[in-house]
Amino acid sequence: MNVYEQQALNRRRTIYVMVGFITFLLFLGLGFDYLYLSAGAGVPVPIGTTIALVYGGGSSMYSYFNGDRAVLRSATATSAETALALAATEEERLRIRQFQNVVEEMSIAAGVPVPAAYIVPDPDPNAFATGRDPAHASIAVTEGLLRLLTRDELQGVVAHEMGHIRNYDIRVMTVVAALVGGIALISDSAMRAFRSGGTSGARSRSREKKGSAGVLIAVLLVVWVIAIVLAPIVARILATMVSRRREYLADATGAELTRNPLALAEALARIEASAGATKTIKQGTAHLCIADPLERTVNQKEGWLADLMATHPPMAKRIEALREMAYQLARS
Amino acid sequence: MSVILTLAVVLLIVFWVLSLYNRLIRLRNQVVNGWRQIDVQLKRRHDLIPNLVNTVKGAMEFERDTLEAVVGARNRAVAATGPADAAQKEGQLTQALGRLFALAENYPQLTANQNVRALQEELTATENKIGFARQFYNDIATKYNTAIQVVPNNIIAGFGDFKPSELFEIRDEAERAVPTVDLSMRP
Repeated sequence: MNVYEQQALNRRRTIYVMVGFITFLLFLGLGFDYLYLSAGAGVPVPIGTTIALVYGGGSSMYSYFNGDRAVLRSATATSAETALALAATEEERLRIRQFQNVVEEMSIAAGVPVPAAYIVPDPDPNAFATGRDPAHASIAVTEGLLRLLTRDELQGVVAHEMGHIRNYDIRVMTVVAALVGGIALISDSAMRAFRSGGTSGARSRSREKKGSAGVLIAVLLVVWVIAIVLAPIVARILATMVSRRREYLADATGAELTRNPLALAEALARIEASAGATKTIKQGTAHLCIADPLERTVNQKEGWLADLMATHPPMAKRIEALREMAYQLARS
Repeated sequence: MSVILTLAVVLLIVFWVLSLYNRLIRLRNQVVNGWRQIDVQLKRRHDLIPNLVNTVKGAMEFERDTLEAVVGARNRAVAATGPADAAQKEGQLTQALGRLFALAENYPQLTANQNVRALQEELTATENKIGFARQFYNDIATKYNTAIQVVPNNIIAGFGDFKPSELFEIRDEAERAVPTVDLSMRP
């Protein structure tokens, strides 16, 4: 598939997962409302669902507005201007200047305002983007990345991050976090209700209905209870699915911006090959980076465990997708 | 009841038409802006070139022809009249700079000089920005042209002043040729 087809595919798949996510939350929430909070009404009164959504939304709002500053501070990033002034060698000055120029070039290609450029003092190569919309965005790279990559490869990495910004990925992941928070609240409350009253209250409501409707409701009840128990895992699976889709999308967007997918593929291969975890980038911000900073082995494998837990797709698959965009046959 | 329903449907259609029209307006403005952004980068290049020539003049004394070609092309580009003329002159300037860059590799004392490397980086960045500005213009112009031509939109586009945009292209065949560079060490 070419660049445009890959982008369309990834956007479509994001929508499917988000629809599934919202449906799942509504199923849990409205079930909870019907069984525990609807006091005799025939239909579920969505009190609990609304509270869960408000709670999830509220707790994500803070990170939506302030998350970028928090992330940059926790990674001890300095602005590129400061780093330029503090640079010890001409070589370093040239590299930082290249980084600043590349960020400007990519913002011209993307048609967005120039994001603030930051440098993280870590020898391990990595990069991330943050900020709630293109007008309030930042891109950060590690010192290790600046030393490792050529200008074209650096351009590819910055283009990938610019892709995240242009596609409003921070906003997408904030919505995902809100849904995860809401589902966690519902699941938690339901488990508490199970423990205090068992499912007896719920079952008595199902017995109120007679005949075949009662059987259907009993089946739904069982499904709902199972869903409540599995809710945290299911929410996590859905969240990591969205995260992986957006990584593929950012790769394709980056390739569209530079019109040079092979440079990004080469950059990814070299980042992968250089060993070690990026210690300055903490657990909570891992999903924003171009490569998993915790070097978790699950991100390199494929298969069912990776589908559950990995925030990033396997590097090999990303490189293959990029080579496809460059009309190169996959290596067998 | 059915009156309310009809009213709701009509309102929805009106909103949809208006938002479609607004999207076309937004795209058209982005196209105009995209075109002007190219000029911004071209002007930046005009300002950088005298600086470059002064920095390398001493070391590259023997390449006077090439240096003069660059300065001459730059002055002609600044004095260009109209967009077609400007496009041609800018193309010639790009070619002259390309030859200068390639020749500079021949002078190790130049490439070792940090000032020259910094200036080369600025010029590379400027050439890249011009390229990306043109790329963005073509991308946004294509998006706009598609938006005014697909089926529901073209009806609405008929009600406003929405003409398809021309994409940026090379008119001068000489610009498409690979630039030739003479690396013979002649004095």
